[in-house]
Amino acid sequence: MNLTVKSALAGAFALSATTAMAQEDVIDVGMILPYVGVYASLGEEIDQGFVLALEEAGMTDRFNIIREDTEASPQVGVAATRKLVLQDEVDVLTGLVSSGVLAAIRDFVDQSQTPLIVSNAGNDEATGADCSPYITRVSFSNAQVNRPMGQWLYDQGVRTVYTLAPDYAAGRQHIGAFVTAFEAAGGEVLGQDYTPFGQTQDFGPYLTTAQAADPDAIFVFYAGGEAINFVKQYDSFGIKDETPLYGSGFLTSQLYLDAEGPAALGVITSLHYLPTLDTPENKAFVEAFQAKANRLPSEYAVQGYDAGRALVEAVKAGATDRESIKEALRDVQYTGPRGPLEIDPATNNIVQNVYIYDIVEGEDGKLTQELLDTVEAVRDEPNGCEL
Amino acid sequence: MNFWIVQALNGLQLSMLLFLLSIGLTVIFGLMHFVNLAHGALYALGAYVGVSAFALTGMYWGAFLLAPIAVALAGVVLYLGLIRRMRKAGPMNQVLVTFGLIFVLLDITRIIWGDLALSIPEPQLFTGRSEVLGVAYPTYRLFIIGLGLTVMAGLWLLLSRTQIGAMIRAGVDNDQMAACLGINVERLFFIVFCIGCALAGLAGAVAAPVLSVTPSMGTQLLIPVLIVVVIGGLGSLKGAIAGSLLVGFIQTFGAVLAPQLASVAIYALLAAVLIFRPAGLFPAKA
Repeated sequence: MNLTVKSALAGAFALSATTAMAQEDVIDVGMILPYVGVYASLGEEIDQGFVLALEEAGMTDRFNIIREDTEASPQVGVAATRKLVLQDEVDVLTGLVSSGVLAAIRDFVDQSQTPLIVSNAGNDEATGADCSPYITRVSFSNAQVNRPMGQWLYDQGVRTVYTLAPDYAAGRQHIGAFVTAFEAAGGEVLGQDYTPFGQTQDFGPYLTTAQAADPDAIFVFYAGGEAINFVKQYDSFGIKDETPLYGSGFLTSQLYLDAEGPAALGVITSLHYLPTLDTPENKAFVEAFQAKANRLPSEYAVQGYDAGRALVEAVKAGATDRESIKEALRDVQYTGPRGPLEIDPATNNIVQNVYIYDIVEGEDGKLTQELLDTVEAVRDEPNGCEL
Repeated sequence: MNFWIVQALNGLQLSMLLFLLSIGLTVIFGLMHFVNLAHGALYALGAYVGVSAFALTGMYWGAFLLAPIAVALAGVVLYLGLIRRMRKAGPMNQVLVTFGLIFVLLDITRIIWGDLALSIPEPQLFTGRSEVLGVAYPTYRLFIIGLGLTVMAGLWLLLSRTQIGAMIRAGVDNDQMAACLGINVERLFFIVFCIGCALAGLAGAVAAPVLSVTPSMGTQLLIPVLIVVVIGGLGSLKGAIAGSLLVGFIQTFGAVLAPQLASVAIYALLAAVLIFRPAGLFPAKA
């Protein structure tokens, strides 16, 4: 009797040991994204891009994805992150759409020494003054996508601008980086308005004020519903005929073009990805994404893809646990859908091309992005980051 | 000079949109003593129905006609299923239930139409710009102003010159006395509630070409509309007109003259009115 129990126990132990051995190969990934609420569609794009990268590498079995919903709430984000790290004991975290959520979980990620691959949140501090060896960003920083436009606009002969953006941290960072570069080039800012974030639907009063200042151009940062409102209203007031509109590329993202309609024609913006990039890597990506989701990928899908791809590359290089994944991520380097990219060892922020593009009517009559210029290998200054 | 004319038109256009929403809310409020916080959600529903109606008919006017009808029908369902039961439940319960209704409607629109912002193009008839008082102004925004003024005039005629208008006024003033006089107050409530819902739906369809259609558009406009109702005074047409114009112009000129204060300007106005005229500028009840 005693013997039977003992052998049964031994058998159970042996069994659990073998499953433990088999599971050692599997990397647990904690995916923190908004799946409901205003950012749900972005979360969905990022998730699909991430899974696509694993499928493309034929490594879906190597990864076990545990999904947690952050909505866009820092409190929920902190709770989700704690659960993934402490209870699920994930090897790596990824995701984050909202900069506010990233800022809220930053210290916990750093102290628990869990590598985090950021797939959207662009707040400059995350890879600047608040950087951490455990935080790697494969999306963009707010300054990174806008700074190149300062010099570029000046080179186009634009001497004076009026800027508009929603009144919150990202709005001020997007505009701030552009303005610093534009003034350094010799340009002049005639006026700036920050519109109440989430409360402004009618830009009529601001547009009329901007037009009255008579600038050479208007430069704005708006995203989502605000981007659609802004572009349509800018066109309806007839400002387009006199004063061209420039901005951060989120203004005329693939996601909003259909809703903006002809009003978006001729608007010039800059971003780190375009679905129309003419490279073999991007064509393959667009084809694969379309087969999966039946629509063109947006910059968010690419950010999700690159978060997955960076992790795949790190694991291929031999990384297996938190510490080795963190180290391997720093050496990640490849040419992906958005062009050549690498991780900057000084900040852990991505180094990438920034594309300047305008909106034209494509052959099928639908609006599409046309590449005007490429600013290669844009990187951020450390800005107080010490790794 | 031109600058101020354009800004005044901007203010007028916003006022008219606020009016279309607040008149339904304030009359329901004044007549039924019913706090329907979900009114803004019905406006969003109108915009979404408008998007689908446009996709279906290929014409803006399809949206313009179908959205008010569809939202009025939604109002019928709401009234029979919920509002009628909540009539005597007291303001606190009404606020809680209709507050919950906001989230239910929000998620229903999200499930049916998705999260991405949508849009309807302007009607062909009103594209481009027209000359008013020597300035070029978007024609479609002029249409909104005209529509608001038309609805205003129509409601004024209805309320002051018709029998049903007299019954509504009597009901707002003293519903018990009106019932004693043989007015079927219950049926009157129902009709007014449906008209209020239809106007909310109309406002949604009219706003859709200017403001993009997002699930949160109703909650965004609800606060200014509630402020209009409180400033104007519950239940009165005159109050809704005055309140809409005040809020519309203060928001517009606040954005122009002191952008950093724009978001608090209407709250300052609200506080001032509540201090000096707690019942609003034109309260319906003496």
